[in-house]
This record gives sequence, structure tokens and C-alpha cells, in this order.
Amino acid sequence: MKALAILWVTAAGLTAQVTYERIAAAGSEPDSWLTYSGDYAGHRYSALAEIHRGNVARLKPVWMYQTNDLNQFEVTPLVADGVMYISEPPSHAAALDLRTGRPLWMFRRAVPSDVHTCCGQVNRGVAILSDTVFLGTLDAHLLALDAKTGHLLWDTTVADYKAGYSITAAPLALRDKVIVGISGGEYGIRGFLDAYNPKTGKRLWRFWTVPGPGEPGHETWEGDSWKTGSAATWLTGSYDPAANLLYWGTGNPGPDYDGGPRAGDNLYAASLVALDAATGKLRWHFQFTPHDTHDWDANHVPVLLDGTLHGAARRLVAVPNRNGFYYVLDRLTGEFLVGRQYGKQNWAEGLDSRGRPILINGREPRSAGSLVYPGVHGATNWNSPSYSPDTKLLYVAVREEGTVFYRATAEYKAGNYFSAGGMRGIPGVEPTGSIQALDPLTGEKRWEFALHGPPWAGVLSTAGGLVFGGTPEGNVFVLDAASGKPLWTFQAGAAVYASPMSYRFQGRQYLAITAGRSLIVFGAE
Amino acid sequence: MLTGLMALMPALSPADETADKLFLTHCAPCHGPKGDGGRGANLAVRRLLHAPDDEALSAVIRDGIPGTQMPGTRMTAEENLALTAYVRGLANVQEAAVAGDPARGESLFWDKGRCGQCHTVGPRGGRMGPDLTEIGARRSAAYLRQSLLDPEAEVPETFAVYRRVILLPDNFLQVRVVTAEGKAVTGERLNEDAFSIQIRDYADRIYSFRKDELRELRKDWGKSPMPGYRGVFTDQELRDLIGYLSSLQGAR
Repeated sequence: MKALAILWVTAAGLTAQVTYERIAAAGSEPDSWLTYSGDYAGHRYSALAEIHRGNVARLKPVWMYQTNDLNQFEVTPLVADGVMYISEPPSHAAALDLRTGRPLWMFRRAVPSDVHTCCGQVNRGVAILSDTVFLGTLDAHLLALDAKTGHLLWDTTVADYKAGYSITAAPLALRDKVIVGISGGEYGIRGFLDAYNPKTGKRLWRFWTVPGPGEPGHETWEGDSWKTGSAATWLTGSYDPAANLLYWGTGNPGPDYDGGPRAGDNLYAASLVALDAATGKLRWHFQFTPHDTHDWDANHVPVLLDGTLHGAARRLVAVPNRNGFYYVLDRLTGEFLVGRQYGKQNWAEGLDSRGRPILINGREPRSAGSLVYPGVHGATNWNSPSYSPDTKLLYVAVREEGTVFYRATAEYKAGNYFSAGGMRGIPGVEPTGSIQALDPLTGEKRWEFALHGPPWAGVLSTAGGLVFGGTPEGNVFVLDAASGKPLWTFQAGAAVYASPMSYRFQGRQYLAITAGRSLIVFGAE
Repeated sequence: MLTGLMALMPALSPADETADKLFLTHCAPCHGPKGDGGRGANLAVRRLLHAPDDEALSAVIRDGIPGTQMPGTRMTAEENLALTAYVRGLANVQEAAVAGDPARGESLFWDKGRCGQCHTVGPRGGRMGPDLTEIGARRSAAYLRQSLLDPEAEVPETFAVYRRVILLPDNFLQVRVVTAEGKAVTGERLNEDAFSIQIRDYADRIYSFRKDELRELRKDWGKSPMPGYRGVFTDQELRDLIGYLSSLQGAR
């Protein structure tokens, strides 16, 4: 009987259709995890409640899957109809049996030896739509794979990897488009966000994150500096189906640490852009860090939520930003509504009424070094926040780590590192971090759980009243979502560099997160 | 930016200036402007883990190190050669500064200084202090001199080298804990994470505590149990001892 059950589940999984309607209604299908953040709103919340405060102490690893690669394993798995879909470093993918973790298929792609990546040869996940799995690669291709077999359906070149472009983010599947962001912010690329036809791989539109001559915003770049302005789009964004707007964070302007040759605000670097999903046209933008010189990418998952602010019911987008401030904007207009410091910072007096930072002198990188909080990796980074509609709290993994920033000059050479400076830690100060629960409408801190080192793992909140996450020392943990009290922990033996997820299989809830080379699935059986 | 370093080096030739610029462009962002470490490894050492000779170093610069964050860098053969020599030169700064007699230094280490009570060299010595088997490859003569004269001067100089993840601290930190039952333990932190801490006390016993079992956890940043050797050694003895320590390069 058991063998039959496996056969049935597997067969069902490999013939299912993941329609756009299912992804758009992901919250009502908590057995699955159909898109990078669990839903289009970027909530990274699971409506499953079978694992809760009362039984979380029984949480145990159920199975593990290990990569055959020393790069960080940064994936958030997808689960659809009884099958798990993952990407693996450098640019591989696999479908895993949910009962055992054994691969049902594996897709292997050789990466050219001369690809350039700033921060490891990594990939954060795949997208799924209909019967197709989408994978971005380090040589900046977008691939479509048959979800049933892993066979390559089409292979589209997104950009020239020899010019420093690569793809590390999970694509985002919409009704009739696959949205793909690119990496390469340390290589003097010109950033963009692309949409492709999921059936053919044909490009539907491209939005340049650095405006060209004649376009609004171009005047925020001195001379030809826009050509190497970067503003990469290296993390999956969010989507509002009702407004048909995409929300996407952009990275640092290039070169990273030397703002000299690129006088101006440098739009749309270190910004959140809202794009019409039909055309890729800009609806509005908000720049968190004008003329950034500290590598404070705004590559975060924007959290879409609704609430009453300034006396009116509004549709909002919330971002705990790398620069140390938490922002709430009107997501239809881009209007700045709330800004509040949540991470340690020493570069701004605060934000003005339009959300623009009021700078403190002397925090620019210098040849002698400038000590700045947050450091180069920010008060948080790409690792996802989570919003729970139960507690109405926003959870964020916070890094407390300063950096001494050095400024130099860099000459642009296609495909070469183009950061114009360097950085180091602060002597005698042990970097640390925390998990914070914020009131999403005010940014006020409700609780804080102290970590040891600054986290690279995102958080998941669940209807079981839990917050699930990991630490750079290898702890996987569960906190009480209401109080922040630790409820359970497991030492996984290597750093966690991923944002977790949850799913249900054969009536039981599981939590999944990577650590080191391993994907670990936990259950309270 | 490199003035401190340049002061110790012979006058720069035009080729060195090229290498200096190449280093600042390609290497300094991760390895620091002085090459003594950042996101990337400390290069101002005499033995590079991934590049035991110039040929290997040249290949590492060209191809990167697979499985790490060290990328390959495209440049002309001449540029590669110049940069290879430049990176080697970072280590030579230390070499030139060591003047003592290592053989005399070795006997001072074990006898007069009784350093081996706490420190290990190869198979010999105590476990309390940092292992010095490779100290010559890790620390400059100036640093060693300061550590001998004023051990606490540099104890806090940790975390200056940026590391993405610290699985095992390589600094020295004295911690004092009191358990819920009132038992007090003072010793060296071996490791720590969000939920636990591991300690070796000064009687060489190893403890592992869950943090929720502790009533108190104090970190004595900047404290060292090592005595200062100012006035213990003569200047010549100090030079000899540093000569010995600098000769400790580990397995070659």
C-alpha cells in the first residue's frame, strides 16, 4: 500500500499544472510553496499550524539533501503537488521526492570558467509556471526546464556574462511572463529587469535601472558614468496582481565606493521601483540611499500589506533597508509614509519629510578609511523578512556590524571588478545581530532576540505562531512569534545562508532550510 | 594609502607603480589596501595557503580559486607577473625586519620565558594560549614584539579582518560565567553561537553551556592571562625570541 501511495503522489506531482491563479492565491494553498517568497506579497508566511508552540520541541530532521559544491547553498525550495524543486550552486536544478529527499531528476549545467561573481557562485531558487521550471544561470542565461523530467525546453541569453552580468535570483512567474533580475553590481554593468515569454523564451520587455540619454533620471549621472552605473536587480521582487505592479529593489551604483566620478543621486540605484507588469514602464520610484557609496543595495524582498496610515486605508509596501532604516510607502503612488531607524547606524541624522536621509559629514569612504554603521553588508541583506497576518508583526534578521570603508579609484574594464575601494571590519568589535519583530505600520520594535554573529538567513513566520530561521554559526531555531522567546534549536553544523519555507506532505507540516551544503527538512513526527 | 608599507620598501620602480595600481584595483577590495586581509585572506605572510610558489600565485591571480570567492582576473602576462611579484613583496617586508638568532630564541622560549607552559609549537607545549606552530607565517615581527612586551595591547585587535562567517573564533577572549546553580567558571572562549558557549578553564577543563542555563555571562574584552615580558628579556634576547617565532612557519 505504501509503495502505491508513493507512486500515486509522484505521478500526481509530475503531471500537475501550477497555474498563475494558484500562485496568486498561494495563501489558500499552504501545502505548496509556489513562488520564492511563498506569495506575491513577499510575506514568507505559512498558513500551516500543525507545528506550534505545543509540539515544536519534537521537531527533528526528517531528511537531508546535499549539494556536491562548496559554494553557499542559498535556495528557497518550491513545493508543488508533492514534489520539491530546487536550484543548487552553481547553476543546477533538481526535483526531489518529498518523502525521502531523493532526486526525481537532476539538471546539470556547466558554468564557464571565466564567469564573474562578487560573492560566490550561488543561486537562490527557481520559479514554476504550468509544467515549466525556470532557472537563471551564472552565465546570465534564463532556462526553461520540463517540470516532469528536467529536460531543457529553451535557453535564452539574458546578457553577456563576459561583461560581468550573472543571474543568482529566483525568477518570478506571473500570468504570462517570467521576470528575471540580474547581478553584477561590482562589475560596472548597466542594470535592468527583464520579462520573458514563458513558452518561447522571447523577451517581452526590459526596464533599464540606469536611465539612458533623454530619459528621466539620466541627469542624476555625471557624464558617461551611467554606462557603468550598475543598479543590479539581483533579488526576487514582489507583485500586486490587482494593480498589476511589480516591486523590485535595485543595487548599489557603480563603482561602489568612489562616488567622485558619478556626481548626482544616481537613479535608480539603491531604490525601489514600481513597474507596470504589462509593459515594464516605471510607475514610480523611491530612492533609499541617494548617491550611495557604501554598497547599500536595496535588493530586499518588498513586503506588500494593507493598513491605515495618516488616517486613510492604504495599500502599502514595507522595506527594512540595508542602510539601517525601515520604510513604509504607499505602493500605488510611492509616497513616503513612515521611516524609522531599526539597525545601528551613524551616517544619517534621520530622514526628512520625504524620506531622504539627512547626512552626517565624514562618513564617505576615504583613503584613510571611514568607520560606518551599518557596514558593507547592511543592517539586513537579501535574506528575507517575514510578515505574519496573525501577529501583525514584521520579522527581520538584523546585522549589527560596522565597516571601515576605503576609497580608491577604478578604471572600468569590461568584466573586471569595479568597486574602487575596499573595506575591513572594526578592530575589537565583535559583529553581532538579532531577530527583530517590528510593528509594520510604525517600525517600532516589539521584541528582539539576540543572535551571536550577524545573520545571513531569512525568517519564516507560520500560523502555528512560530518564527523559523538560522544563524551563521549553524543554529536552526524556532522563536515564539508573539514574544521572541526561543522554543527550539538544532545545530546543523554549517552557516545558514538562505530564507526558509514550509509545506505539507501527506497531512504533515514540514519546515525546510539550508545549512552548509545541506537542505534539511524538519518535521514534528 | 600604502605609505606605511612603502616606508619599509626600497624606492618604487615604474613597474612597481603599475603593480601598486593593479593591486589597488583588483586585490585591495577584498584583501585590504595593505594586503593584510579583508573579505579575502591576509597576503602579507610568507606562506600563502593556495600559492606556495610564484607559479602557483600567478595561476591563482589568473584563474581564481574554485570553490571560494577568489575570482580570476584578466590582465596581460606582464601585469600578472608584476602583480605576482608585488604580492610576494608584501611578505618580504616582514622578512627584512627579523634580525635575531632563532636558535638562541628557541631556548629562551622554552627555558627563560617558559612560553611553552601555555603555548604549543608543533607537538610540544601547553594548550592554554594560541598555538604558535605557524605564528611566523601569521604575524609580523613588530606584532610579535608588541605582544611580548604588552600582551593586552593587541588583544582587542580582532574582527579587524572581515570574515563573512565566523565558525570558530580565532581571537582570544576570556569569559566568566555563573551557572543557574551558582557555579562560576573563568576561562578562554573556545567557541560560541546564539544558544551555547564552549570554554576551557585555566585548569584545562572544557565546558559547554547552554546560554539559558547561565545566570551570568561576562566577556573580558582586551584581557589576557599572558604576562608582559618587558624587563624580563634584554633587547638582544627579545630579538632572538622574535627571530625564533618568525621562523615558525608550520609545515612547508
